[in-house]
Amino acid sequence: MFKKIMVPVDLAHLDLIEPSLKAVADLARHYDTEVCYVGVTANTPGSVARTPQEFTQKLEAFAKERSEIHGQPVSTHTIVSPDPIADLDDDLIQAIDDIGADLVVMPTHPPKHLDAIIPSHGGKVASHTKASVFLVRPSANESA
Amino acid sequence: MANDPKDEQPKEPNTGSEGIPAPQGAANLIDTDYVIGQDNITASPLGINVDLHGKVFLFSSIVILLFVILTLALQDQMEPIFNSMFSFLTTNLGWFFLLGANVFALLALVLIFTPLGKVRIGGADAKPDFGYLGWFSMLFAAGMGIGLMFYGVSEPLGHYGTAMGGISVGEDGIRTDWAPLGAAAGDQAGAIDLSMAATIFHWGFHPWGAYAIVGLSLAIFAFNKGLPLTMRSIFYPILGERIWGWPGHVIDILAVFATLFGLTTSLGIGATQAAGGLEYLFGIPAGDTTLVFLIMGITLVALGSIMLGVDKGVQRLSQINMVLAALLLLFVIIVGPTLMIATGIVDSLVGYVTHLPALSMPFGREDANFSQGWTAFYWAWWIAWSPFVGMFIARVSRGRTVREFLISVLLVPTMASVVWMTAFGTTAIDQVVNKGVTAVQDATLELQLFTMLEQLPLSAITSFVGITLVIVFFITSSDSGSLVIDSITAGGKVDAPKPQRIFWALIEGALAIALLLGGGLAALQTAALTTGLPFTLVLLVGCYGIVKGLMSEPRAK
Repeated sequence: MFKKIMVPVDLAHLDLIEPSLKAVADLARHYDTEVCYVGVTANTPGSVARTPQEFTQKLEAFAKERSEIHGQPVSTHTIVSPDPIADLDDDLIQAIDDIGADLVVMPTHPPKHLDAIIPSHGGKVASHTKASVFLVRPSANESA
Repeated sequence: MANDPKDEQPKEPNTGSEGIPAPQGAANLIDTDYVIGQDNITASPLGINVDLHGKVFLFSSIVILLFVILTLALQDQMEPIFNSMFSFLTTNLGWFFLLGANVFALLALVLIFTPLGKVRIGGADAKPDFGYLGWFSMLFAAGMGIGLMFYGVSEPLGHYGTAMGGISVGEDGIRTDWAPLGAAAGDQAGAIDLSMAATIFHWGFHPWGAYAIVGLSLAIFAFNKGLPLTMRSIFYPILGERIWGWPGHVIDILAVFATLFGLTTSLGIGATQAAGGLEYLFGIPAGDTTLVFLIMGITLVALGSIMLGVDKGVQRLSQINMVLAALLLLFVIIVGPTLMIATGIVDSLVGYVTHLPALSMPFGREDANFSQGWTAFYWAWWIAWSPFVGMFIARVSRGRTVREFLISVLLVPTMASVVWMTAFGTTAIDQVVNKGVTAVQDATLELQLFTMLEQLPLSAITSFVGITLVIVFFITSSDSGSLVIDSITAGGKVDAPKPQRIFWALIEGALAIALLLGGGLAALQTAALTTGLPFTLVLLVGCYGIVKGLMSEPRAK
C-alpha cells in the first residue's frame, strides 16, 4: 500500500518524537517500506550541529540506529534553511515530492487555541500534499 | 521514554557536546566544549513554547523596562543628563569615533584586495542562500534605506547653506558656524562641491565600513568557526572560553539594548515623518491618533513579515522597496535637472575623494561644530546600529566570498548613496539657487523631501511613493530587527520558537507608542547613541578578530 515513508525528525527534541518513531517502525515493517528521515537545520550553528555537514552526519547516524531497530532500509534527507522556523512547512512539503514519499508520519501536539495564529506544522503539511499523512499525538505512547 | 535516545547515544562517537568538528571541506571550526543553547531556558507557559538565553533575555528585558519607566517618569531630569553625556562624548571623544571609523573603512577596503578576500563565508563549498538582487536589497534596506529618505534632501541643502554662509568666529576665537572644513563663503560652485562631499562622506565608505566589519566578523565566527551567531562570538580570539560567561552576556545585552532603542526611536521618528507627509498630502491631521495607528499598522505588517520569515517576508519586502526607490530615483533624475545631476555625480565623487582626507581627519579640526556635531554624531549613530545591521547581513551572506561580501557591502551601497544624494540634493539646491524657490529650505526637516517633490510634476504620486517608501523601510527595519534581537536573546539560535520573534516586534511597537505619547524619544535616542562608544571598542576588537580568523581559513581557488 505504501512504498516510502517520510519521517521529519527534530534531532534537538528526540523525546518529543519518540511515539511517532514507534509508529513508523511498526508501519515500515507492516508495509515493508523504506523509511526516509528528514531533518531541517538552520545554516547557522545550532544546538544539534555547528555546520550543515555535521547535521547530516548526525541524521545519518540516527537513521542507522533506527534501521537496526526496525530492520527496514533507511535513507536521509537534509534541508538547510536560512530561516527554518518560518520555512519549515514549505520545506517539508517540497521534500515529500523530492524524495517521492507516499506516507508522512510526524508528531504533532493536541489542538489548542494558539493554532489559529500559529497553525501546527502537521496540519499545514497535510493540507498541502497528495501523500497520506499520519499525525501522532504525544499521548499515543501512553495509551499503547 | 525520554531516556531511549540517550541510551542509544554512546553508539554515536561524535556528539555535539564533544565539539568535534565535522569535515566541512574547507573551514576551521573553533574547538570549544560549549553547546549552543546550553544556557537556554526552555518552557511552555500557556502552551507557548519558548527557548531563551535566561540571563541575556532577563537582564535586557529588565534594563529596557527600567529605562523606559525612568525616562517617562523623570523626563525633565533624564533629558539633560543624556544630553550632557552625549555632548561630552562627541566633544571630547569625537576624535575616537573619527579614528575608529577610519580604521573600519580602511580595513574593509584593504581586505578586498588581499588574498584573504578569497575566503568563502561558510566554508569553501558553501552555496549562497539568496540571489544577488534579493541579497543586495536586504543589505540596503536594513542598512540605511530610511535615512536616505529623511536626509537625501535636507543634508546637502543644510551643508550648502552653512558653506555659503562662510566662517564666523565667536568672541573666544572658536568657530560658531556649522560649515564643513574651511567653508566656501559666497562661492556657489565651491559650496555645492563641499556640501555634496560632506554628505557623501557621512553616507559612504565609513558607515558601510562599520557594518562590513561587524557583518564579516560575525559571519566568519558563526559560519566558518562554528560559534553562535551573536555578538559575543567575535571576542573569542581575545576572551576565549570566557565569552560564555558574564563578559559575553554583557556584550550581548549591550547589543540588544542598542538594537532595540535604535529601532524604537527610529520607528518613532519615521512615524513622525510619515504622519507629516500624510498631513501634507491628504490633510490627515498628524496628531497622536495618526501616529499610534501608523505604528500599529507598521508593527502589524512587520509581524506578518517575520511570520513568513527571511526568505518570503523580509526579502520580498526589501525587493519591493528597492524597485520603488529605484523608480523614485529615476523619476527625480529624469524630471529634475538631469544634466546637472549627471555631471554632479562625477563632481560629487571627485569632490568626495578630494575632501576625504580632510573630512576624515580625527585631530586638529577647526570646524569643531561640523566634525563633532555632524560627523561624530553620525559615526556614533552608525556604530550603535552596526550590531543590528551587521548581524542581519551576516545571516543572509553565507556562501559569499569575503571579497564579494565587501564589494557588495562597501562599494555598491556607497555608489548608490552617491547617486541618490546627488540626485535629491542637486535637485533641491537647483530649486533654491537657479529657480529661486526657497520653499524647500523653509520647510521643516521631515517635510523637505515632499516640498522638493512638489516642485516637480506628478507630485501627488511621487509624494505618495515617498510616504510608502518611508513606511516600508520601517517595516523592513522592524522585522529584521526583531529577528536579530530574538536570535541574540536566544543565545545565537535562529530556530527559536516563533512566538519569541512576535514578542519582540510587539515590544518595539509598544515602546515606540509609549515614548511618542509620553515623550522622551529624544532622550532615548541620545542614550542609544551613547552605546556607540562601547561599540566602537567592540568593533576594534572585531577588526582584530576578522584578520585573525581569516588568516586561519583556507582560501578558495
